[in-house]
Amino acid sequence: MDYSTFLIQSLNAIQYGLLLFLVASGLSLIFGIMGVINLAHGSFYMIGAYLAFGLAPIVSDIFGGGFIATLVFGVIASAVFGYLLEWAFFSYLYTRDHLQQVLMTYGLILVFEEIRSLLIGDEVHGVKPPTWLEGSIPLTDVMVYPTYRLFISAMCIALAIGMYLVFTKTKLGMMIRAGSVNREMTQSLGINIKFLYRVVFAAGVAIAAFAGMVAAPVSSVYPGMGGGILIICFVVVVIGGIGSIKGALVASLLIGFVDTFGKVALPEAAGVLVYVLMAVILLWKPNGLFKAGT
Amino acid sequence: MKFNQKKILVALTSLYVGIASAQNTTKLKVGLMLPYSGTYASLGNAIENGFQLYVQEQGGKIGGREIEFVKVDDESEPSKATDNINKLIKRDNVDLVVGSVHSGVAMAMAKVAKDTGTLLIVPNAGADAITGAMCAKNIYRTSFTNWQPGYAMGEQAAKNGVKKVITVTWKYAAGEESVKGFKEAFTKNGGTISKELTVPFPNVEFQSLLTEIAAAKPDAVYAFFAGAGAVKFVKDYAAAGLNRSIPLYGPGFLTDGTLEAQGAAANGMLTTLHYADGLNNKRDAAFRLAYAKAYKMQPDVYAVQGYDAAQLLAIGLNATKGDVSKKAEFEDAILKAKIDSPRGTITISKAHNPIQDIYLREVVGKENKFKSVASKSLADPARGCNL
Amino acid sequence: MKNKPSFFFILFFAFLLVMPFLGNDYSNDWVVKTIIFSIFAVSLELLVGTTGLICFGQAAFFGVGAYATVLLTSQFPDSSVWFLVGSSIFSAAVLALFIGALSLRTKGVYFIMVTLAFAQMVYYVIHDTPLGGGTDGIYLSSKPMLFLDYGLSNSTVFYFFTVACLFASLVFLGVLLRSRFGHALVGIRINENRMSAVGYDTYFYKLTVFVISGGIAGLAGFLYAIKDGFVNPELLSWHHSGAVLIMIILGGLGHLRGAVIGAFAFALLEEIFRSEALFGPLSKHWHLGLGLAIILCVALLPKGLISIPSQWRIRLMGPSGSAGVSESINGEKS
Repeated sequence: MDYSTFLIQSLNAIQYGLLLFLVASGLSLIFGIMGVINLAHGSFYMIGAYLAFGLAPIVSDIFGGGFIATLVFGVIASAVFGYLLEWAFFSYLYTRDHLQQVLMTYGLILVFEEIRSLLIGDEVHGVKPPTWLEGSIPLTDVMVYPTYRLFISAMCIALAIGMYLVFTKTKLGMMIRAGSVNREMTQSLGINIKFLYRVVFAAGVAIAAFAGMVAAPVSSVYPGMGGGILIICFVVVVIGGIGSIKGALVASLLIGFVDTFGKVALPEAAGVLVYVLMAVILLWKPNGLFKAGT
Repeated sequence: MKFNQKKILVALTSLYVGIASAQNTTKLKVGLMLPYSGTYASLGNAIENGFQLYVQEQGGKIGGREIEFVKVDDESEPSKATDNINKLIKRDNVDLVVGSVHSGVAMAMAKVAKDTGTLLIVPNAGADAITGAMCAKNIYRTSFTNWQPGYAMGEQAAKNGVKKVITVTWKYAAGEESVKGFKEAFTKNGGTISKELTVPFPNVEFQSLLTEIAAAKPDAVYAFFAGAGAVKFVKDYAAAGLNRSIPLYGPGFLTDGTLEAQGAAANGMLTTLHYADGLNNKRDAAFRLAYAKAYKMQPDVYAVQGYDAAQLLAIGLNATKGDVSKKAEFEDAILKAKIDSPRGTITISKAHNPIQDIYLREVVGKENKFKSVASKSLADPARGCNL
Repeated sequence: MKNKPSFFFILFFAFLLVMPFLGNDYSNDWVVKTIIFSIFAVSLELLVGTTGLICFGQAAFFGVGAYATVLLTSQFPDSSVWFLVGSSIFSAAVLALFIGALSLRTKGVYFIMVTLAFAQMVYYVIHDTPLGGGTDGIYLSSKPMLFLDYGLSNSTVFYFFTVACLFASLVFLGVLLRSRFGHALVGIRINENRMSAVGYDTYFYKLTVFVISGGIAGLAGFLYAIKDGFVNPELLSWHHSGAVLIMIILGGLGHLRGAVIGAFAFALLEEIFRSEALFGPLSKHWHLGLGLAIILCVALLPKGLISIPSQWRIRLMGPSGSAGVSESINGEKS
């Protein structure tokens, strides 16, 4: 493999890994802080992608906005949706055991998929990237790298930095971290833990949906896209460690590289390699690479 | 209490099943097993539209019998296919089954049809085995084998002076068979396939493959994708700048029904298929007019295949006076017939697959314009069939 | 009623033996399919209900059993049915040994995720590599002979063979659960730390039950491959693993008959929600009804359908009339 191909594949790997990180970090957080395992998390990614598809014409017709405006609207809409979903459904799951959480959120996946099917149908849709990002950057004499993919990576990095800053530097972040370590104590200190959980959940949903929106032009919008990314996110969480953001980042990038280069080196085994990686890490560290709360 | 619950359950089930199976009139019950949801939903709808159009043109009767439809959505899921076709045959007691689009689904259907002896007409799925190793007296196809368009393109590519090709496709039967067909003709004419790339179905992450293609710099690329995958691939190919230096060839599925979404990325692409826009025959003109009037949209190759499925049924039933069980006479009539299809005149081979012209088409604007005949009266070799 | 399990099973098997003479082709197909799923469900009940191990990857063992059947039949065309049954169970059990050895190093939520991930890995092996024959699945070339002139290709023979397999599995598990081994499993579910403190090697017990459970799922897979004559990678999909989990919760955890009831109830629910007669155009979206039913069932009937009689008893006769108390103390009931 020559240098330019290696560079391009690495860019691909990083882009895929960063996107995974966004979705997986939400899943990890929700579990780490609220103790709820949410199988429907992949559905939020799908909802984001369908929002990108569905909102774009509305935003441009009514508000005259473009891609960025659609993103903003989508994020707000999904945050509100997440807030309401927590209030109506997820808050009842905190006291239930894991099996019940698994099954109820599995039922939720089915409900989401069918509602999507009823509202928008089952066709596969493409989403156009904004015209100002449509070009490509020439890398070799034959190959160009789409600018939009660089944009995705940039957005993911920005969001990741934003999350890090909120967690470590703000009061809200401090409350969240406190709540994850000891719920009752935090509550007795006068912090409204219910409201806190709702905010965290809404944020998790919004981040996953944002990932879906941003990825839509690249991955297309199709039924079942939620299930696919959910399982890989589970692998990320298992490898990285539940409740650890650093772990999610490291694991996502690791998976991005293994998957991308695996497809090139061993196309037949490509799908399996990620799980082999997981098996190997499990042998070495059954609780993941990093501890919760890092 | 459990005793009563169980009894009620038994009674209800038997009652329901009994009611469902008590219907047997002189109407011809046609079971339509097509994808009405999922990636191939538009194909399923087009096939049904074509079939219904022919039935209406015949006044709602085929072989002297009125048609009653029973529809099942196969969701393009091979794992549910056996259950779905069993429902049609055993619970709804259909006289024949028409379907499907996805090759995996059709294979399962063919197995059940073979075991139960039910008449099956396949209006799309191109799995070679259906009129190959799995062929049977009661199974017919009005579409193509995956091999046919691929083989024709292989000959065409060699004619164009192409020497080194990389193939790309989804890793499933349809894709692999299409590539095999291409390879057969292409290597026979002196070409070489330097790499055979695959993507798991229905994955559409092509980026790393495109990178590889760019690095290898072949003379051309042969790709098989359909539906949304086709849209994405052609667009990604152009976005990576490859279409400027490495021509993209493929069977017609790469550009059929997808040009609207592909836009400029598909311009000038050459594909092979048994149908095209701008065929100069009367039947096609009449068909297109009638279809547009009835359904407010232009027909595509899938609609033609559905239309011809109804034609084939009519030919057979007219010979047997509406009796589906007279398999030998049915087959006789079909093998002797020259079917006047919108794609041109076709005949049915001994293995029950169409023998047809494969056209070379070029994408011009929003149409796959007929350019020339790539392969005249191409018959699938029907390897493994004993008919 | 003290001997609830026996009463239920006598009735149940009587119903099964009589069914072929009452029903038609379609209903017999349906019953056979549901019996196969009952065996599948019972295998998972052993893990989840008895031992408290929530495995979200049971479909992998089912699928491997099915694929082993098809692949071995094409390699060894005239093999006896016992060879095929044995090999399916064995291959599923070997896979369970491998997956169990790695997964059981984790606990709780990790275990759920890891089993799901490993099942997905097996799915990809079958889906993508030449080993499995690809996305479209492979065909069973012939169905094995049983004895004399009777073979499994005869649907009546196959029906009774399947019933016999269910009976054998239930008897085997019934005996297993009443043994010391079975009681140890219950102990592990209730408090694993205490069990290991008392000197039990809990990892060994868990691994053993994981392997047994995998083997039984493999048996169900063998039967399914024979029934359809066709296997497909979707048999290993996580939706399938989810479905069997739903079955055992629907029926009621902690009881073997719960798994059987759950399998039938789930199959019935599917028929109802898919019925065009009842739902018209919405029947296409039957997953919606199923999803809502799952949520409601878990929320309102956490102990499953099997708890309905005792709940009614409580309502009618007051809390003192509940037989449910003795059930939960003893832990496992068949």
